[in-house]
Amino acid sequence: MNLDNALQTFFVESHELLQAMEDALLDIEHSDDPVESVNAIFRAAHTIKGSAGLFGLDGIVAFTHVMESVLDKVRGNDLAIDDGMVALLLSCGDHIKVLLNSLVDGQEQSDPAVFAEGAVLIERLSKYLGASENQIEPATLPQQHETRVEAMGGGFVETDNWHISLHFGRSVLRNGMDPLSFLRYLGTMGRIVGISTLLDAIPPAAEMDHESCYLSFEINFQSDADKAAIEGAFEFVRDDCVIHILPPRSRIADFLELIQNLPEEDMRLGDMLVRCGTLTQKELEEALALQSAGASGNAPESGEEPKRPIGEIVVEAGMVQAPVVEAALEKQKHIKEAKGQENRVIRVDAEKLDNLINLVGELVIAGASASLLSHRSVDVPLQEATSNISRLVEEIRDSALQLRMVQIGETFRRFNRVVRDVSRELGKDIELLISGAETELDKTVVEKIGDPLMHLVRNAMDHGIESAELRQSRGKPAKGTLRLNAYHESGSIVIEVGDDGGGLNRERILKKAIDKGLVSPTQNLSDQEIYMLIFEAGFSTAEQVSNLSGRGVGMDVVRRNIEALRGTCELDSQEGQGSTVRIRLPLTLAIIDGFQIGVGSASYVVPLDMVKECLELSSEERQKAKDHHYINLRGEVLPFVRLRERFSEKGQAGPRENVVVVQYGGQKAGLVVDELMGELQAVIKPLGCLFGNLKGVSGSTILGNGEVALILDVPSLIQQAVNADTQMALSQA
Amino acid sequence: MENQSGSCQLRLEGEMTIFTAADIRERLFAPLPHCQQMDVDLSQVSELDSAGLQLMVLAKREATAMGKDIRFAGHSPAVLDVLEICGLTGYFGDPVVMAKGD
Repeated sequence: MNLDNALQTFFVESHELLQAMEDALLDIEHSDDPVESVNAIFRAAHTIKGSAGLFGLDGIVAFTHVMESVLDKVRGNDLAIDDGMVALLLSCGDHIKVLLNSLVDGQEQSDPAVFAEGAVLIERLSKYLGASENQIEPATLPQQHETRVEAMGGGFVETDNWHISLHFGRSVLRNGMDPLSFLRYLGTMGRIVGISTLLDAIPPAAEMDHESCYLSFEINFQSDADKAAIEGAFEFVRDDCVIHILPPRSRIADFLELIQNLPEEDMRLGDMLVRCGTLTQKELEEALALQSAGASGNAPESGEEPKRPIGEIVVEAGMVQAPVVEAALEKQKHIKEAKGQENRVIRVDAEKLDNLINLVGELVIAGASASLLSHRSVDVPLQEATSNISRLVEEIRDSALQLRMVQIGETFRRFNRVVRDVSRELGKDIELLISGAETELDKTVVEKIGDPLMHLVRNAMDHGIESAELRQSRGKPAKGTLRLNAYHESGSIVIEVGDDGGGLNRERILKKAIDKGLVSPTQNLSDQEIYMLIFEAGFSTAEQVSNLSGRGVGMDVVRRNIEALRGTCELDSQEGQGSTVRIRLPLTLAIIDGFQIGVGSASYVVPLDMVKECLELSSEERQKAKDHHYINLRGEVLPFVRLRERFSEKGQAGPRENVVVVQYGGQKAGLVVDELMGELQAVIKPLGCLFGNLKGVSGSTILGNGEVALILDVPSLIQQAVNADTQMALSQA
Repeated sequence: MENQSGSCQLRLEGEMTIFTAADIRERLFAPLPHCQQMDVDLSQVSELDSAGLQLMVLAKREATAMGKDIRFAGHSPAVLDVLEICGLTGYFGDPVVMAKGD
């Protein structure tokens, strides 16, 4: 195991745990079962501490330790969790994130500002600890509170501490684990009172392998932790190590057994136990006397089974009742099962996935070319074979793209925190409702949608939702509601950000737009069109924030970001009732099912999801359509665009023309083309930045015959057709 | 590393971990047969793990077995930390100086 890889996993997992912790913290205020939430938070903090200890990240260990102590008090009902604590714990989570990130950036030592911040947080946490009980245990120097109990009848050792015997396996170092980090971690759980390091196992130089581990430790350990917690510390090495954990005041016989079970010479080991303070000299002598007595008489229970499970020993020692152990084992089994579930999910480097998608893209292109050639030949078996391959390639493409699909819920959940923080900041009471969290979309899209969404959410809270007083005077509940919703619709994903605030003021926007010269006063605009004006570049000024009840701050940036993803925005608003921004995005950015059409000598591709139907333009319609740009589609007005004109294709249209009816975002339009060439898989190749401003074209693809075809930007073409139609109607009116 | 009148100096730098163990081992053991006393300067050791510690123990033991003397000096904080954790400061018997501010 490469340590770097393990560290990477640690970072990823820690981030997930922090997220889980944050979710649980946010949940706690509404949860019916706060106990479960507290447990979840505690587990997260504990696991991060444990793993950090494993990597020797002492800064994180020390910090999480304090946090864990506070949480432990909450768990034990010694402390009640309140608003202030939730806020503090959230900040602590953020701080750990900062610590982790600085490690990711390769900074071993975090900068002083971060350190100072950590110190402040620790101090605030310590107040909670101090308030309930005077038992602050800094990570490194716990206070010792020895409560010596008289030895009971001589059969028990006197010490109040645990004894841990650690015999590391040879391969531990090679597996990327350092015994020292376990000792460091133990140090966070309690105090190592005494330690003896056994070096006898190191063979002579000639035989010694410097990558093997020969170390063993006998540790006298003082801690309030329970056995499971101490055992948990060694979870990662449990398999290749011999670990004995003897609880405080174990019977001397148990130590005897320990001494006998370990490979070291009895006397030597006994000395070690004395040296680390677990046994007194007298107790050792008693034990060895017991041993020799056993050897001369009937063999005692020990010694015969060299590696009995610790559980049995504990029960025999009368420390724990058998049912308790059973329950503990049952619980462990459950945990193991849960782990099994986790193991079904594997982590893959995103780069590998991108590489795979690229290859699949090339495969699609090569496959198309092969199937084209086979169709030209008259070889029927070859055609069959290639059509089989095409089908498989299609399936591979779909599954490969599926790999990159992630649920949007992860992105949405981040906003729980944002809404909580911002609403406090603004002094408004706002609730976030999330729906459609399981809707899937491409990972690359998810990564890029975060910022625009953040903008919209903040805007909605800041300018959309009114203050509590105003809301009440308008007869609305004092608590504002923000909605995040996602769903699939014809090959796109739709994301909605809605609020129940004041909505947009139509007149004010229009006035502003006219002042700015964005529209002329004579223009006749629909409500929809007026609302869309706030997405215009010139429309975002600071002044406007106070002038308008609504949005507008940097909305043009939002729109640009969305358009860069080949998406569109829409806005619905009802004055006094709230507004909803609807973002429509393509599901994937890489490969689409396309529909190929021909105009003159050129081929174009339309995303198949947007094609509604195809029909022939009858000669009668052709005559009529010469003057106006719409046809009658079963009693419906269908505006259209002639691609021949649109792309300045030379030459005359052939004797037959066809209309491809495309649909996007609730609007329909027709594209008039010469030829319908059928379905194909199109691997989208982006156009160079030179063509970035080209309207009506969104990308290119390579056809089976090696020619390049442009992929049409259907939304913008529809918009053109509809606008032209409206203009025409207006000019005629 | 100098070699004068049966004593030699060795200065170890950077990591003493499993990743550098082969190299460290070579550097520790190569001069051993040629000198009577060996001083190892640890002041520039940035990191020490169990593998490095084992090599220190091994060097100490081998040297003693050959009737030679090996001394570790100038322990860096990383080294001190490890010796402290393992309770091995006494084992080596070398004078240990705490760095300022530690």
